[in-house]
Amino acid sequence: MTEKNLVTAIRDTLHEEMAEDDRIVLLGEDVGARGGVFKVSEGFLDEFGPGRVIDTPLAESGIVGIAIGMAMDGLLPIAEIEFADFIHPAFDQIVSEAARMRYRTAGDWGVPMVIRAPCGGGIHGALYHSQSIEAFYAHVPGLKVVMPSTPADAAGLLRTAIRDPDPVLFLEHKKCYRLITGDVPDGADLIPLGPADVKRGGDDLTVVSYGYELHRCLDAAERLATEEGIEAEVVDVRTLAPLDTETILASVRKTSKVVVVYEDNRTYGAGAEIAATIAEEALFDLDAPIVRIGGPDIPAMPYAAALEHFYMEPEPDRLVRAMRDLARS
Amino acid sequence: MSAQVTEAAPEALGLTGDDLLAMYRAMLTARLIDEAALRQNRMGRAPFVVPVSGHEGCQIGTGWALRPGTDVWVPYYRDLGIVLRAGLTPYEFFLGLFSKADDPSSGGRQMPNHWGSRRLKILSHSSPIATQVPHAAGIAYAARYRGDDVVVGCWFGEGATSEGDWHEGVNFAAIHRLPVIFVCENNEYAISVHQTKQMAVRDVATRADGYGIPGRVVDGSDVLACYAAMREAHDRARAGEGPTLVECKTYRFLPHTSDDDDKTYRSREEVEEHRHHDALIRFGALLRERGILDDAGAEELRDQLKDEIDAAIQAAWDAPDPDPQTALRHVFAEDGP
Repeated sequence: MTEKNLVTAIRDTLHEEMAEDDRIVLLGEDVGARGGVFKVSEGFLDEFGPGRVIDTPLAESGIVGIAIGMAMDGLLPIAEIEFADFIHPAFDQIVSEAARMRYRTAGDWGVPMVIRAPCGGGIHGALYHSQSIEAFYAHVPGLKVVMPSTPADAAGLLRTAIRDPDPVLFLEHKKCYRLITGDVPDGADLIPLGPADVKRGGDDLTVVSYGYELHRCLDAAERLATEEGIEAEVVDVRTLAPLDTETILASVRKTSKVVVVYEDNRTYGAGAEIAATIAEEALFDLDAPIVRIGGPDIPAMPYAAALEHFYMEPEPDRLVRAMRDLARS
Repeated sequence: MSAQVTEAAPEALGLTGDDLLAMYRAMLTARLIDEAALRQNRMGRAPFVVPVSGHEGCQIGTGWALRPGTDVWVPYYRDLGIVLRAGLTPYEFFLGLFSKADDPSSGGRQMPNHWGSRRLKILSHSSPIATQVPHAAGIAYAARYRGDDVVVGCWFGEGATSEGDWHEGVNFAAIHRLPVIFVCENNEYAISVHQTKQMAVRDVATRADGYGIPGRVVDGSDVLACYAAMREAHDRARAGEGPTLVECKTYRFLPHTSDDDDKTYRSREEVEEHRHHDALIRFGALLRERGILDDAGAEELRDQLKDEIDAAIQAAWDAPDPDPQTALRHVFAEDGP
């Protein structure tokens, strides 16, 4: 085990995988000479050469489309979208091409491609460097959508994503990059795409979350345990598509109370799917209505510190209060 | 610079009499399939047909420069001639037209003419226009990365050149001097929108200047000129000199699809005028001049192909439909990660 922050775990995993398999190529804006705006590929250009570390024109649809072609012809491309906010021009290539390729050819062609995209807010990124985009893509059959919250998960899930025969959208929350540290297994640890992970055990209520919000939920759970003896079980979804409903439902059946927490704006977000699944499958196991906490339904996260803080935390101790109220209901 | 390519003697191009006859046969096959497919449409057996008539010359001319089994084909929906050249059989075409279980492109999942076959190295494509252009660049990159002697041919209409994906794919291929040939089948219309409403330039090929690659304009009814331009582009690609944009001036004799009414946007006189420049007639005359095919031989060939197509239609019509339960399959790889 080695302690790392999340961005270092991603960098090291990419480095190890590229050293092992020369079918892997990186492409995107600033991934080469600059080493990526978050330094994920720093030094890669010198080590692996310009044939494998490709600085592309500023054209997201092209980046993804070219990666699709590479993947259809034997390479394992990892396309980097510099910020998830900039992925929208590639929506058609991801949704109509990559995700539908296997289905539309009845299994003849596949697209073994990873698209990495730093996402999420709370980093003074404003409208176009803070977006949560997971719901757009988790809706699409044929595409896997992953968002790790810990360095170990990031490493293990990325390794699996690279080996996956189908396209994977790998979302990395920017706020977690350097803030979140943890032990990462040395060597090729593989974490399957799909299973959720219970990050904290507890009997009084279930909290379902992912990404940076997962850490806020863990903090709130610790406070409630220390100060009030309320034990929350915290489930990290990790993979939004496919969604591990079994782990979520098992926890909900045990605690009979659940709150779903996500940073994306609330309406039609990932939490809606999770809440609907719980309502369908475990309604009579519940002792209280499902609580859903998402971001406000405003077009995006604003820039000014006070406004951004409002998006992340509209009222003080929102999570602690919601969890306490639910536990005591 | 874009430059006009004019007709060359077949011998100078390395084409034998047998080659010319095979090219004519492929063009005629495409034309006869087209006519047969529209009859199937009127009979109520085929809800959707995408005609090729008018494009056969530029498709067979350009397609003939690629090597079936070696090179990669990235066609669009009007490219019946291209996929026949790549190795698709009339029977396989009709399996697709009737959306049968054994349709090699998609098992009846996509509309007809949405080609794709790993076996034949034909890339699968969708309906949104020009999305296959970046794919062609990516495949060419992968081939060159491995050092494979492979050239990628990528076909599209002039309408595709308005799309961002077209620009992004051509630009990337040009930057990396990839072994790919971009072929524009310019038939003047993006469904109903005339070229003059699509672009302010006369020749799509002039756009090549903006990417630092050669552009070539050819008469799409001149099969040998199309072949010559494509051969030159193929040689350049194999020599590591990068992509070429070949523009074939062509014309579609029939509506965009069986659901289109082209009388709403172009006159019958205009269509009739273009029919006088039919590549099939022009190429047939060349074969007669050279004593490769006489009138009786042409008639015999037509009858033989018609019989083959009729048999293909019958066999495809009798083939099984997809099992409804299979609609859930192939969302992801079935053998897992």
